[in-house]
Amino acid sequence: MHLHEHSAAEIQVVELIGGIVPFLLLIFVYLISVYYTNQSYKTWPLYRILCWILGLLSIAVSLIGPIADRAHTNFNAHMYTHLLLGMLGPLFIAFAAPTTLLLRTLPTNYARLVSKFLKSTYVRTVSHPITASLLNMGGLWLLYTTDLYSAMHDSKLLYLLIHIHVFLAGYLFTISLLYIDPTAHRTSFTMRATVLVLAMAGHGILSKWIYAHPPAGIKINDAQQGGMTMYYGGDLIDLVMVIALCYQYFRNKQTMVEKSIVR
Amino acid sequence: MKNDASKNFWSGILFGLGTVAFIDEVVFHQLLHWHHFYDLSTPSIGLVSDGLFHAFSWFATVFALFLVADLRKRNAWNKKRWFGAELVGAGIFNLYDGIIQHKMMRIHQIRYDVEIIYYDVVWNVIAALILVIGLYILKKNPSNSSRKAGEDNALT
Repeated sequence: MHLHEHSAAEIQVVELIGGIVPFLLLIFVYLISVYYTNQSYKTWPLYRILCWILGLLSIAVSLIGPIADRAHTNFNAHMYTHLLLGMLGPLFIAFAAPTTLLLRTLPTNYARLVSKFLKSTYVRTVSHPITASLLNMGGLWLLYTTDLYSAMHDSKLLYLLIHIHVFLAGYLFTISLLYIDPTAHRTSFTMRATVLVLAMAGHGILSKWIYAHPPAGIKINDAQQGGMTMYYGGDLIDLVMVIALCYQYFRNKQTMVEKSIVR
Repeated sequence: MKNDASKNFWSGILFGLGTVAFIDEVVFHQLLHWHHFYDLSTPSIGLVSDGLFHAFSWFATVFALFLVADLRKRNAWNKKRWFGAELVGAGIFNLYDGIIQHKMMRIHQIRYDVEIIYYDVVWNVIAALILVIGLYILKKNPSNSSRKAGEDNALT
């Protein structure tokens, strides 16, 4: 029996290390690019490097390790992983400006291919604030108001697909509202502000809906705890997005004033 | 600049609305525990209205402060008018919360297991008072004073 426990723990450690490696690789690649491009371009800001590491850490914690393990059985823990994977992680990654770094690193002809892709109709469509928030909020409403949530815990494939979707949709939503990387298809501040308020409202309403109507297989107490975690955690991260969006608006106004001085 | 006069007014309104929503959350939800996170008798329309207002109030608070920062940088912030507009925003939101959200949509009550009518009356009378004081301050400080402040500025 002792031997059995030992090997189970060993398997866990191996799984943990196996899970961490891709994240370490991504940090490594980012750092190499920063070092390499600093030789010929403006020094890459330190805060972006920190954001990249914190973003990957948020994603890693939501997928592997103790909180992720608890999330399989504990709905409140699931909500924490959801906030990390779908909101905080994407926000940090967006602030790390990975596309800018990629364009800086790639040889010109490859960089042109990337920017051609960024200008494509496909990117224009999915990165529009309305599409992006529908993909983001729509996915969540489907997950928690249908049987998808309980089905997710029975199928490894479904679990994987849903988690990839939660991150990608969260990232797409963030970069459709905040312009940090080069953005080919821009929309007005009014449009982005409206979409952000509606999406925040959708998130809050869904949290309260979950509070009152537990997804299949979730006890009412767990649903209430999870709903409140989603509500207040979501508010906190959304508040950072509101500040960032308004700050961009303010900076834009200041630049316009400065330009008028020159004239 | 005429634009600055309306910016002063609207950022005041937005900030008033946002502050009240914030005080409501901190004092009545978190400190006193009078309000409920979700009163289970809330109909969906109340849930939607509450969600929209909650989200909008966060946005309004932050956006209003950035508008003030912008006005101040250009020396165009009319403090008195702004404060008047803030009270108007606060009063209007409290009346909406007290009459439409609490009473008509029944999102949640001010307090539970008490004679609620007194609470409702005090709530709405205070809201109306704030609104009236705000309107009075606005009347005392017409918008052309801010227009002057805008004209003083070489940039406008």
